[in-house]
Amino acid sequence: MANKISINVNGKMHTGAIEARKLLSDYLREDLSLTGTHIGCDTSSCGACTIHLDGKAVKSCTILAVQADGCSVTTVEGLATNGELHPIQEGFKEEHGLQCGFCTPGMMMTATDLLKSNPNPSEQEIRDALEGNFCRCTGYHNIVKSIQYAAKKMA
Amino acid sequence: MTKYIGKSVKRLEDKRFLTGQGKYTDDIKLVNMAYAYILRSPYANATINNIDISEAKAQPGVAAIYTGADIPESIAGVPCGWQVNFKNGDIMKEPPHPLLVRKKVRHVGDGVVMIVADSRAIAKDASELIDIDYDIHDAVTDPKKAAEPGAPLVHEELPSNVCFDWELGNPKDEVAAALASAAHVTELDFTNQRVVPNAMEPRSAIGHYDTAYDRYTLHTSTQNPHLTRLLMCAFVLGIPEHKVRVVGPDVGGGFGSKIFHYTEEALVTYFSKILGRPIKWTADRSEAFLTDAHGRDHVTNAKMGFDANGKIVALQAYTYANMGAYLSTFAPAVPTYLHGTLLQGLYTTPKINVDVTATFTHTNAVDAYRGAGRPEATYLLERLLDLAALEMKVDPAELRFKNFIPAFDGVTQPGYQTQVALQYDSGNYEPVLKRALEMVGYEAFRQEQANQTNGKLLGIGFSTYIEACGIAPSAVVGALGARAGLFESAQVTVQPTGKVSVYTGSHSHGQGHETTFAQVVADKLGIPIEDVEIIHGDSDRVAFGMGTYGSRSLAVGGSAIVKSLEKVLEKGAKIAAHLLEASADDLEYNDGKWTVKGTDKSVAFGDVSLTAYVPHNYPEGIEPGLDFSSFYDPTNFTYPFGAHIAIVEIDKETGAIKLKRFIAVDDVGNVINPMIVDGQIHGGLAQGIGQALHEGAMYDEDGQLINGSYMDYCMPRADDFPSFEIDRTVTPCPHNPLGVKGAGEAGTIGSTPAVVNAVIDALWKGGHEVKDIKMPMTPERVWNAMQD
Ligand code: FES
Ligand code: FES
Repeated sequence: MANKISINVNGKMHTGAIEARKLLSDYLREDLSLTGTHIGCDTSSCGACTIHLDGKAVKSCTILAVQADGCSVTTVEGLATNGELHPIQEGFKEEHGLQCGFCTPGMMMTATDLLKSNPNPSEQEIRDALEGNFCRCTGYHNIVKSIQYAAKKMA
Repeated sequence: MTKYIGKSVKRLEDKRFLTGQGKYTDDIKLVNMAYAYILRSPYANATINNIDISEAKAQPGVAAIYTGADIPESIAGVPCGWQVNFKNGDIMKEPPHPLLVRKKVRHVGDGVVMIVADSRAIAKDASELIDIDYDIHDAVTDPKKAAEPGAPLVHEELPSNVCFDWELGNPKDEVAAALASAAHVTELDFTNQRVVPNAMEPRSAIGHYDTAYDRYTLHTSTQNPHLTRLLMCAFVLGIPEHKVRVVGPDVGGGFGSKIFHYTEEALVTYFSKILGRPIKWTADRSEAFLTDAHGRDHVTNAKMGFDANGKIVALQAYTYANMGAYLSTFAPAVPTYLHGTLLQGLYTTPKINVDVTATFTHTNAVDAYRGAGRPEATYLLERLLDLAALEMKVDPAELRFKNFIPAFDGVTQPGYQTQVALQYDSGNYEPVLKRALEMVGYEAFRQEQANQTNGKLLGIGFSTYIEACGIAPSAVVGALGARAGLFESAQVTVQPTGKVSVYTGSHSHGQGHETTFAQVVADKLGIPIEDVEIIHGDSDRVAFGMGTYGSRSLAVGGSAIVKSLEKVLEKGAKIAAHLLEASADDLEYNDGKWTVKGTDKSVAFGDVSLTAYVPHNYPEGIEPGLDFSSFYDPTNFTYPFGAHIAIVEIDKETGAIKLKRFIAVDDVGNVINPMIVDGQIHGGLAQGIGQALHEGAMYDEDGQLINGSYMDYCMPRADDFPSFEIDRTVTPCPHNPLGVKGAGEAGTIGSTPAVVNAVIDALWKGGHEVKDIKMPMTPERVWNAMQD
């Protein structure tokens, strides 16, 4: 069963026919080859697939692509502008907030949403905000520092 | 002369990961690719009577459906790479691990049917139309119960579920005599529970057969592409090794679980030729829980004896180790040579005996998981020590100081010969504990603890550990049962323009080799780090490699690079000498150029490299080119060590534990990139603490993994941890050229017992003199312990 959708992804319109049951995460990865959005689980727990849907951080495996019809999506591929890293990307690099990099896109999308609503979060607020994002490599220590770096940079 | 070594150089690999351009296996799409889904057994022990695939096969978009019957008898299954013998000399029991089960499934998740279709969704849908008729039998999941007479057999062709028994150390009667005459004996029965590695990238494999070249390519999320190729070609599929390329592109964490050669890798490779299309298989998280080799799962009884002065006089340990239903690649090594050999710890214990029984159960395979055996050994020793301190009413730090092996550098003083086979390379153990106590503010803490009045219980726990890593000397591991060598290889190709490509057999899946190795190369050659590229993870580009595990990459892989660099500089000097019309002995190499000593006559690295490839004006008898390979096989393991301290607070009303502080002082030898080493420690700590407080795979009596998803298995989250407080001391490794020991596993090895010890300490201070709390220490378990 094909459904027509148009979605603005990273500033570019995509129109196409897709299966109604297709998850947004699969649509991004398979149909648009935007493989920076990762799939780490099948229970909407890990946050590796986090993107921005109309500016809000959303786990893209929790919604169907058809539900995003008419919406605007930002993925990790859309974070940098003209080759210049976003402050959150810079923070992760400067503070060694990533190791294998698998959780990183989701972490950064969650973090940028946090900084939008709370530009100067405390360490505890950062840790609480990351509750839905798992990282197995870093022990979260440097992820917290990376987000603090970005907060400072964006202030 | 070190511009990069010892500096926190920002990682060169980060950019692709930060911009979504990392290439993990599942990100790869090949032309005409088909997608596999594996239908797995829902039962732990069952006989297959019939498999009906007819309806599924007729579905549109289904390309093929394969069962065990489609695999020739000559392909018996995936092999085990480590042999341990019974005490009586018999070879361990080693039943085959088939790619797809024909007759009898042996754990929930055992693969039975592979459905291949135009999309994963179609394959999954079709799997629901497959009808498998099973006869269900009783299962056994506990490693100790599995050894009892009458336990359900995992492999009915074997006389029992015992895979092997094994013993190491001093004779048991000597240990028993020492324990009998001890002033105090502390005894503990405990379980080191099974945990699930949970690399965030689920395993994935793509098999592709190219008819034009009669050649296979396997992309796979592996920690060691070459070993996977060797095992798959020579021991599973029987295809010539030079006709197979294995690529481990970006890999999203491993922690041991991606060392092993898995059935799915062989399946997609084998059937890609038969189907005539590339086949991709990617695990979903539930499959990862059921099939990624698990870690730990030891049931142990241990006794430690002390004399009246608190000196340890003897240690006796009995362990049942769960192998799961099949032997994974390195499984037999974990409870034996990576566990029993570490029971000397940091202490002068004169009599040690360890006795291990490994059993098959109706569960998923258990193998190396971050630390592999060494966390279990550390847990055993450090739990006993803190408990003994409580029982004897002595200070746990003092008790350790009393028993530490005195410092030795391994150069002017010999290494330390343990009672359990190993010889430690270099060690200086007091300073790590002293530094950790200083960071804690030990006296002030004990005051605070004694005066506490807020309805909470404060506790402190210690762990001073040693580990063996840089897993290598081939001759040694061979004598211990490894069926592979454990060296490393490296090729350094200096391009004509002086840019350097380094091909390493180590594999990075988060460790940052592209940076650390480049720091070493840039410094040794005196060139900018931007001129260096580190290439790994592709058997077509890297001639050979043994991969990354056992914290071996820098100590073994890095040393292989150094060897090649030395050869580059040696040949470079001859070319330079020719250009400078001097003798090579009169040259010195500094800052990227050869200079005639005492003059300003010099020639730059780039001029020499260009000359090597444009050898018009060239020394006689020397080959063109500047390109060297080396294999490095060290003389010993390396032995990092450290002191970890946990401080916890228990809520008396609920049993909830708050980890208030965690202090880690580790000594991993010389450090090339402090930032990366710190990151390795942080991540290791989180995994070790996770085992103490949150994680644990739970099988029920029927062999169902009842917490096989993130809804049920508690993954440690950001808000479960405080900021870690870490520091280090540096005791260089005396036997490798970089003096490095390895940092990948230290955090996990040391941390688990520190947290449990802290909880026990808190409970004793609250008047609850319990010996053990089962991990993970849930509030319920802690609360129950307070209801005596
Ligand atoms: S993949 Fe979406 S939360 Fe795990
Ligand atoms: S960096 Fe590997 S999971 Fe977070």
